[in-house]
Amino acid sequence: MEILRYAFYRFGTMLLTLWVVSILVFVIINLPPGDYLSNQIAELRASGQSAGVAKAEFLRNEYALDKPLWQQYFIWVGFMPGPHGFSGLVQGNFGWSFEFDRPVAEIVGDSLWLTVLVNLAAVVFVYVVALPLGVLAAARARSWVDYTSAFVGYLGLATPNFLLALILFYYGHRWFNLPIGGLMDPAFEGEPMGWEKVKSILIHLIVPTFVIGTSGASAMMQRLRANMLDELGKPYVETAIAKGMSPSRMLAKYPLRVAFNPFVADIGNLLPAMISGSVLVSVVLGLQTIGPTLLTALKTQDMFLSGFVLMFVALLTLIGTMISDVLLVLLDPRIRYEGRDA
Amino acid sequence: MAPLLSVKDLSIGFGKDDSVVRDVSFDVAAGETLALVGESGSGKTVTCRAVLRILPKAAQIRTGSIQFNDGAGSKELVHLPERDMRDLRGNQIAMIFQEPMRSLSPLHRIGNQVAEVLWLHGRKSEAEAKKEVLACFERVGFPDPERTYSSYPFELSGGMRQRAMIAMAMVAKPKLLIADEPTTALDVTTQAQVLGLMKELQRDTGMAMILVTHDLGVVANMAEKVVVMHKGRVMEAGAAEPLLSAPAHPYTKALIEAAPKIPAAAAPTDVPAQQDLILELNSVSKTYSMRAGKGWKAPSLIYACRGVDLHLPRGKTLAIVGESGSGKTTAARIALGAEPPDQGGEVLFRATAGADPIEVHEMDRTARTAFQREAQMVFQDPYSSLSPRMRILDTMIEPLEIHDIGDRAERREKAGAMLQMVGLGQDMLMRYPHAFSGGQRQRLSIARALMLDPSLLVCDEPTSALDVSVQEQILRLLEQIRDQKQLSYLFISHDLAVVARIADEVAVMRRGLVVEQASPETLFHNPQHPYTKALIAAQPEPDIHRPINLQLVAQGAGSPEDWPEHFRFSGFEAPPLVPLEPGHKVRCHV
Repeated sequence: MEILRYAFYRFGTMLLTLWVVSILVFVIINLPPGDYLSNQIAELRASGQSAGVAKAEFLRNEYALDKPLWQQYFIWVGFMPGPHGFSGLVQGNFGWSFEFDRPVAEIVGDSLWLTVLVNLAAVVFVYVVALPLGVLAAARARSWVDYTSAFVGYLGLATPNFLLALILFYYGHRWFNLPIGGLMDPAFEGEPMGWEKVKSILIHLIVPTFVIGTSGASAMMQRLRANMLDELGKPYVETAIAKGMSPSRMLAKYPLRVAFNPFVADIGNLLPAMISGSVLVSVVLGLQTIGPTLLTALKTQDMFLSGFVLMFVALLTLIGTMISDVLLVLLDPRIRYEGRDA
Repeated sequence: MAPLLSVKDLSIGFGKDDSVVRDVSFDVAAGETLALVGESGSGKTVTCRAVLRILPKAAQIRTGSIQFNDGAGSKELVHLPERDMRDLRGNQIAMIFQEPMRSLSPLHRIGNQVAEVLWLHGRKSEAEAKKEVLACFERVGFPDPERTYSSYPFELSGGMRQRAMIAMAMVAKPKLLIADEPTTALDVTTQAQVLGLMKELQRDTGMAMILVTHDLGVVANMAEKVVVMHKGRVMEAGAAEPLLSAPAHPYTKALIEAAPKIPAAAAPTDVPAQQDLILELNSVSKTYSMRAGKGWKAPSLIYACRGVDLHLPRGKTLAIVGESGSGKTTAARIALGAEPPDQGGEVLFRATAGADPIEVHEMDRTARTAFQREAQMVFQDPYSSLSPRMRILDTMIEPLEIHDIGDRAERREKAGAMLQMVGLGQDMLMRYPHAFSGGQRQRLSIARALMLDPSLLVCDEPTSALDVSVQEQILRLLEQIRDQKQLSYLFISHDLAVVARIADEVAVMRRGLVVEQASPETLFHNPQHPYTKALIAAQPEPDIHRPINLQLVAQGAGSPEDWPEHFRFSGFEAPPLVPLEPGHKVRCHV
C-alpha cells in the first residue's frame, strides 16, 4: 500500500514537472524573433501574393498568434479557450504544422510509437548486454575476460554512431542480407498492422538497436562492473562465503542485488540520452522516428510541431525517471523505510 | 583424543612478499576457547581466515597444515577441495566478523540471511528452518523474534546486529566458532552483554571458539588458552591464567603494561573554591527533530543534550564519558561553536585568566576567528581526518594561511617544530598521509591542532582507533603537551580507563544527561549512579580474577525503570544533579 501511495505521489510530481516543462518549451520555441506565419506573411507581401497573405492572416487568427504570448501559451496547453473553445494539448489537439500544412497529429502519427519502439528496443538491448557482461567482468576482474570486454566496450563508446551505422549496414547487408535504412519495407508503409509488417519491422530494427544501444551498453557495463567490484570488497560478501555459499550463488544474491540499484536508477538517464542521441542516427539511417521531424520543425520555426515533439520527448523522459524511482523504492528497503521508526 | 582443530607450522604470504604469518601452531580442543591476541598487523586475522580458507585472492598458504577433527575423522583443510570446504563453512565452522554494521547485507531481511545457513546446508525445509531460526533469535536475546525475522539490518542497533550475526553463526550448531574482534565496534556495556551471551551459548552447546582480539581484558574474561602474536609469529602461548598473571615474553608484558587500567588509590582531591575557568557550559540543551517522513505525524524529537553544565578550569582536563548516542560529541560540538545550543543555554570562553568571557554563540566574525585560534580539535579517525591529497606540510600550514600568520618560511619552520614536538622528524614534511601509520597520523593531527597555539584542545576519542600500545604513547604525548604548553583539554571518550588516566574531572553522560560527575578517583572507587557502576563493571580488565559482573551491567545500562528507586525518572523528568560531597555530583533524588 505504501508503494501505491508513493507511485501516486510520484505521478503527481511528474505532472507538475511536465507543466513546468511545457512553460520552458513554449518559451524556447518562441525565443527566435517572429513566428512562422509572420515570416511567411512578410515573404508573401514582398512577392505580392495577396491570396496567400489572406490565408496566412486567417491562420494567424485561427491559432491565436495575434494574441499576447501568455495567452498563446494557455491556449496552446488548453487551459484557456482559444478561437475554437478549449482546444489544446490537454484536450488532445496538438496544433497545426505550418510547414507541412497538416495537423501535427497526422504528421507525427506513426513515428510516435516507432520512436518509442526503437528506443525501448535500445534500452532492452543495453540491459541485456550490460548485465551479464558487467557481472562477468567484475567476477573475473583483471583477467582476459575483463580486459576483452573492456576493450570491446571502449570501442563501442568511441566509435561515432553514424560510422557504426554505415559499417553495420554494409556488412549486415552483405553477409546477412539485412535491409538498409528505414524501419519497415516501403511496401508496408501506411498499411494496417499485420504479421508480415511486424516481421519486417523487427528485421529492420536490428541494426538501429545495435547502433543506438552500443555506447549506452558499454558505459552501463563499465558502471556495473565498478559497482560490483566495490560491493565485492564489502564484509557482507565475506560473511556469505563464510556461510558456505558457492561463489556464483553468492554473487547473484548479494553484490549484484546491491549493485543493481544504480543500474535501475539509470533507466531515467538512459531514455533521454537515447532519444536525443538517436535523432542524428535516425537521420542517417532514415528511420521514421520523430527525430528527423523535430530537426525540420526546429529549422523552419514550425512552432506547434517542434513544441509538440519536445513535449513528447520530455514526457518519455519523465516516465523513464518515474519508472526508475518506483522500481528503486521497490528494490531498496532503505529507501522504502526512510522515516519509519526503527 | 585428537584436538578439534590443530594448526601446525602455518605460513601465509601475499604474492611474492615475505610471509605475514610464520610457523604458527596451536590446538583447539572441543568446547575450549582460544584467544588469538595481537595488534594490527600481527597476522591474527589472516590466521583465522586461513582456517576457513577465506583469505584474500593474493594470499596463499605456503606451508603447514590445518587439521579439523569432527569426530568422524581428521580432515586436512589446507588441501580440502573447495566443494567440501563449502560444506564445512557455516555448518561445522562458523565465523563472526568485526563490523556488525557492514557484515550483513543491507538489502536482505535478517531472517532470510540467517535461515540461509540452514537452507545452504540442506538440512531443513523452509518452515522448519524458520522455526529453528526463531528459536535461535530468542536464545540470543531478541525480545520479538518474529519481528526480527522480517527486519532489515539498518533497523537494528549495533549490539542487536551483532546478536543477529551470532545467531547466524550459531544456527547450524557448529563445532567451532571463529570470532574476529566480535565486540570491538560495540559500546562497553553492549560488549559486556555480547561477551556474556557468547560464553553462555558456548556452555550450552559445547562448541569450541577461536576469539581474535587485541583486547587483553576481553581475553581474560573469555579464554582458557591464549596465543600472543606479533608480526606474524607466535610470541607466547599457553593457558590464560599463568600467561596473563605472569607473562614470560617481554612483548606480552609490554602489551599488558600498555592496557589502560583503572587507578588503584582513592585520594579525594580538594576542589579549589575560586577557579579560573577557560570554558563554561551553562544549561546547554540540544534538541533535534527527526522528520517523520509521514506528513500527518508530528516530527519526533531527539534530546541530544539536556541541561548540561560543565566547567573546565584552565590547564585541566575535563572528560565526558558515555556510549554512542549519549550526547558527548554534541556537547563538544556546541562547546566549539560548531552548533548552537537550544534557547537558554550559553557557552562562555575566557582566552586568558581573568579576561572577560566571550559568549561562543554570540560572536561576530572577527571574534569568531580569534576564538578559532584559541580552540582546536583532534579527531577520532586519523585515517580520514587528514586529506590524502595534501602533503603533510600543506596540511600543517593551512591553519596559518587561513589566519594569515607569518610568511612562508616562518610557517614552514613552525610546522617542523610542531612535528618534532609530537615526536616525528622534520624530514617527514613532504610526505603524504598514506606513508604514516595510525599512531603517526594521530600525532600529525595533534601537531596540526597545535599549529595555532590554542589554549583549548577538544579531543574527540583521539585513541579509540588505535592499538593499545600506540594508544598509550598518544596519551603520554597529550599529557606532555598539556603540561608543557599549559593547555586545557575537553576530552571525549567511551573508554573509562583511558579517561581515568588523563582526566582531572569526569562527567558521565547517558542519553543527553550528565548522570554523575566527579574526579576519576572518586568515580572509580565510590560510584553512585547505577549507570556509572555498569560502565565500570563492563570494562574488561586483563585480570582473570576480575570477571565482568554482567548483572550490574544489565541493570545500569538498561532502562531507568530498572534502577533503584531514588535514581528513577518520573516520566520524562529526570532527578536533579545534586552534589553528594564536594566535587561529586550524582543525578538522584535526595
